[in-house]
Amino acid sequence: MRTSREKMLEGLHQARPPPVPLPDLATSPVRFEDVASRFAQSVVDVGGACLRVPGLLEAAAAIRALPVTQSAKQIVSLVSDVLPGNLSIDAVADPHGFAGVDLAIVPGEFGVAENGAVWLTDAVLRERRAVLFVTQHLVLVVPGKELVHTLHDAYARLRLGAPGFGIFISGPSKTADIEQALVIGAHGARSTTVLLVG
Amino acid sequence: MNAHARAALTLVRDEARLHWHDAAVWNMRTKRDRAASAVPDWEALRDAASRIKLHTLSRLPEYLEEFERKALALGAQVHWAADAAEHNAIVLGLLRDRGVTRLVKSKSMLTEECHLNGVLEEAGIEVVDTDLGERIVQLGKEPPSHIVMPAIHRKREEIGELFHRTLHTPAGLSDPKQLTEAARQHLRQKFLAGQAGLTGVNFALAETGGFVVCTNEGNADLGVALPPIHIASMGVEKLIPRAADLAVFLRLLARSGTGQPITTYTSHFHGPRPGGELHIILVDNGRSNLLASETHRRALCCIRCGACMNTCPVYRRSGGHSYRTTVPGPIGSVLSPAADAVRNVSLPFASSLCGSCSDVCPVKIDLHSQLLAWRRELDARGLTPVGKRRGVKIASWVLQRPRVYRFAGWMVRFFGRLLPAGLLRRLSGGWGQERDLPPMPVRSFREEWRSRRAN
Repeated sequence: MRTSREKMLEGLHQARPPPVPLPDLATSPVRFEDVASRFAQSVVDVGGACLRVPGLLEAAAAIRALPVTQSAKQIVSLVSDVLPGNLSIDAVADPHGFAGVDLAIVPGEFGVAENGAVWLTDAVLRERRAVLFVTQHLVLVVPGKELVHTLHDAYARLRLGAPGFGIFISGPSKTADIEQALVIGAHGARSTTVLLVG
Repeated sequence: MNAHARAALTLVRDEARLHWHDAAVWNMRTKRDRAASAVPDWEALRDAASRIKLHTLSRLPEYLEEFERKALALGAQVHWAADAAEHNAIVLGLLRDRGVTRLVKSKSMLTEECHLNGVLEEAGIEVVDTDLGERIVQLGKEPPSHIVMPAIHRKREEIGELFHRTLHTPAGLSDPKQLTEAARQHLRQKFLAGQAGLTGVNFALAETGGFVVCTNEGNADLGVALPPIHIASMGVEKLIPRAADLAVFLRLLARSGTGQPITTYTSHFHGPRPGGELHIILVDNGRSNLLASETHRRALCCIRCGACMNTCPVYRRSGGHSYRTTVPGPIGSVLSPAADAVRNVSLPFASSLCGSCSDVCPVKIDLHSQLLAWRRELDARGLTPVGKRRGVKIASWVLQRPRVYRFAGWMVRFFGRLLPAGLLRRLSGGWGQERDLPPMPVRSFREEWRSRRAN
């Protein structure tokens, strides 16, 4: 008996349209004059907060001053040279162990100016990505020089294909499913603060 | 009156609600316009998206095999499902073998199309839809009415009442913030208790064997980051060739759907979590038939943004439920007759053919031309109502004969002034159901034209 795989592939072969050439990779003419300002504005537009600080010392002070930091009981920090947390990510083997996390401070690889998105991967999350989504509040620390204009530039620098998880996070978790009223804090982080360092 | 028009009466007869629904949906269209006009290369993006999708469709079997090979190498397991029943059986088998009785789902129009929930629930598995809108319609035991905003047809007071009844929130709650918070608390428990997570797929990458899931709420990520089992269901048309093509589609998707520059969470999955399992189910369920149709294969380019329904004057004033299909609106009316022509024969007529859907479509599907093509096809197959076919035949005969046409016009004007309004409305068929006929002029347009020229 033929498997569904064979049946489907044969059906798709038979239904095949005439060849259409693959277009070259798209690029964008969009170039912002001040990419950092544009990024900061985009983060605000998607409901987040963006703080620009000159160095790591100031970053630590800025994070400490955040109301969400001051009220947080359980903090996971993956940028311990900026601000140490009180729950070590390595101590949590089962992702359910993050259920009580109030604040996660995580380094972002780079930011995208056109949409305020920050790219993160398993490499920094040490295979414990659940903390990103379970935490009540999220702080992303992004080097100021690691900004790109558009998603085209973003994918040009990414090398996807190795096993693992990568994500763009743009602002806090949100929904507009009830009469389109925008509500921040659907299932994930109730707030996302991006620190642009340097 | 045809099936769609009849089903639309629920909304049409409640005038206040009709206008509320119309305005709510149009609001999304205006947000889309603002977002699109802020991108200078918008049209180039649409063009690129359309060409990438059409190319992919022309090499779909090769790309599927490449995707499968790469996904397997990443440690994922790949399943093939020819139809909805097979898809559901695969999911059920996976869950049963692993003793899973609690599944958390993020929004997947494909599993709606396959009617997965009922099958799992019958087998004693608790299925929790976790997208807020999806959860609202699941608790209300009704289907979604929009592919991006499933509960767009519900007012906040109704949701408050529903939550009071099902989640035991205080009576009379209607603030979206408080309602969302109640759902957050309720669903957080479900997330923590889930033994497996199921997501849809927005884009699958042939080049890498990975796939991308987009949400604003973070529900897909919570659903699969906690339990060790991730099942991803995707239609075979979700493939794109290269990872870098994502730039084109992600720049278009959220802007077209909700006016956001990108969704909050855009997750790229390559293989299972260490120690976990990832199952990818590739589903045909009629897609190869659609691919074989030269006229309608472009509909497979759809990225499910919802822009065509947001702009559609008929969708806005009839509501998603009036289509009685998983995907409503213009794209639904193109897809659904391919799946079941007899049941969905009225849908291609649920359009004014204004073409706004084609104008906003981010992948340039010629939606209104396709709706017109469906009308011809359904007519040629003898599926349209006898009265309609006879009427069109008579009209065609009359319009080809100027003398008969002039005589017919005279008859209408003469009897139109003579007969009582109530009788005229009945004679004018569906057209007169919801509106009055205009007063009949004494002279025809030709007579009017001639006399004015003479002066």
